[in-house]
Amino acid sequence: MRNVLCETLTGLAADDPRFVFLTGDLGFQALEPLREAAGPRFLNAGVAEQNMVSVAAGLARAGLRPWVYSIAPFLYARPYEQIRNDVCLHDLPVKLVGNGGGYAYGVMGGTHHALEDYGALLCLPEMRAFIPAFASDVPILIRRLADFDHPAYLRLGRCELPAEFALPPYAPWRRLLRGEGPTLVAVGPLAGGLLAALSALPASRRPAFWIVTELPITAAALPTEFLDDLRRSRHLYVVEEHVAQGSAGQMLAHALLEPGEAPARFTHRCARGYISGRYGSQGFHRRECGLDAESILRDL
Amino acid sequence: MESFAEVVRKARARLLQMHYESGVGHIGGNLSCLDMLMTLHHRVMREEDAFLLSKGHAAGALYVTLWSLGRLSDDDLRQFHRDGTKLSGHPAPSGHPDIPFATGSLGHGLSLAAGMALGRRLQGQPGRVFCLMSDGEWEEGSNWEALLFVAHQKLDNLTLLVDANGLQGFGTTAEVAGLEPLAEKFRAFGLPVVEIDGHDLQAIAEACARAADGPHVILARTRKGCGVSFMENRMEWHYLPLNEAQFQQAMREVCGE
Repeated sequence: MRNVLCETLTGLAADDPRFVFLTGDLGFQALEPLREAAGPRFLNAGVAEQNMVSVAAGLARAGLRPWVYSIAPFLYARPYEQIRNDVCLHDLPVKLVGNGGGYAYGVMGGTHHALEDYGALLCLPEMRAFIPAFASDVPILIRRLADFDHPAYLRLGRCELPAEFALPPYAPWRRLLRGEGPTLVAVGPLAGGLLAALSALPASRRPAFWIVTELPITAAALPTEFLDDLRRSRHLYVVEEHVAQGSAGQMLAHALLEPGEAPARFTHRCARGYISGRYGSQGFHRRECGLDAESILRDL
Repeated sequence: MESFAEVVRKARARLLQMHYESGVGHIGGNLSCLDMLMTLHHRVMREEDAFLLSKGHAAGALYVTLWSLGRLSDDDLRQFHRDGTKLSGHPAPSGHPDIPFATGSLGHGLSLAAGMALGRRLQGQPGRVFCLMSDGEWEEGSNWEALLFVAHQKLDNLTLLVDANGLQGFGTTAEVAGLEPLAEKFRAFGLPVVEIDGHDLQAIAEACARAADGPHVILARTRKGCGVSFMENRMEWHYLPLNEAQFQQAMREVCGE
């Protein structure tokens, strides 16, 4: 997704006079083309995320549209007060781009994981989170965010879409598979890995498979077809690489309870930190949390 | 015609009255920076310039300065600290068009001012950005990130003023964190420093003029509670409100009666 980010922002740098990009010293062998294209509007703000976010707020106050980039946890956790006070309290159009959502940085270790990013950020006023599931979502979301007048967080990962799968056109809620099993909702790139496994199931066991890419979830935004699937299956199954607190699963449960659409069963597979106290690849941590295709197939 | 010193004296009296009527403390750190706020807004800043109050606990001094310019009314000031006010104890978001950012959590202002200054430069816009900070505020690590950035980006449209009153919430700055020699620290980052008496109106104006080809730091030595004998350089006036007898005495001293 990072290469698509670079390509799209490079185009934006040429088109949008309000464009300015700040990185917290990240982007080696990835963002060089953007640095060339954007010239003085590409700033390496150094390993100083608190300053970087407040500077971005100041740039936005001066009429620019700043994009701020780092490894996800360094972007939302270290400068949280700067995001809260300087960006969100003033509803400024600062776009935070965090690379490595969930366990994406794998064996780099817990300091590099983003397990509570959108939950923490969505507590803040005016903030929205965008979690592309596939590389093709990224340019669509960036173009939209360029004209979005509010704070936003874009959580990037590594695209896992099987080569042969034909995606439906982008929408905040998309049904990727029809089926007679539970109604499954996934957030983020892990959806790609589940697609191959779930497609192979017979229709009677196959879930109706949805992905959601824009948070928070509100009752008003739930698609009718999704509610139809849920009324039929009466089993909601949510999968995401984020801890339970502040998760999409919790938001969805809340959004369904209010209008009286609560299903009979609710299963939530989510990040659970470091259960064994050992570290490994993104796949290792997903398996420990039951977020891998095999564990989910067993559940279904 | 009324002298500028007289205009400042009236603002000082109005500040005491506003805090007294609202039963609000935090007066000491307002009185230490009022002379700088007034000089900046009346004698230095032009229409295209911006001001950022990093030490948000001096909101009262900023409100009174805006009042002295006719940008806030007596009615507005009477609402200070009251339910439903736009003039909260620390500047609020969208409280006033001349206040670009809500402040009050220390260590944000310099980075915000740097962003505003950089934004002007990137867009080829004129105008200087002034940021007023406290001295105790330099205990916040984010300021050192900001200082590095300001120097590295050579933000010559930014001027930083430090209200060095030597007192903070629960001790003197010397007791709490030993910031001195502060001027040497700023110079070590590559920023020219002018050290002045922060209550000398002429010196403030001259330092701001000299800093026009910045980035410069104006290190202003001030007295917390300046103008009121029983408050000057006393830590308790960081927080305490005035009682009636204290208010009357303070007004007599400031108004020279």
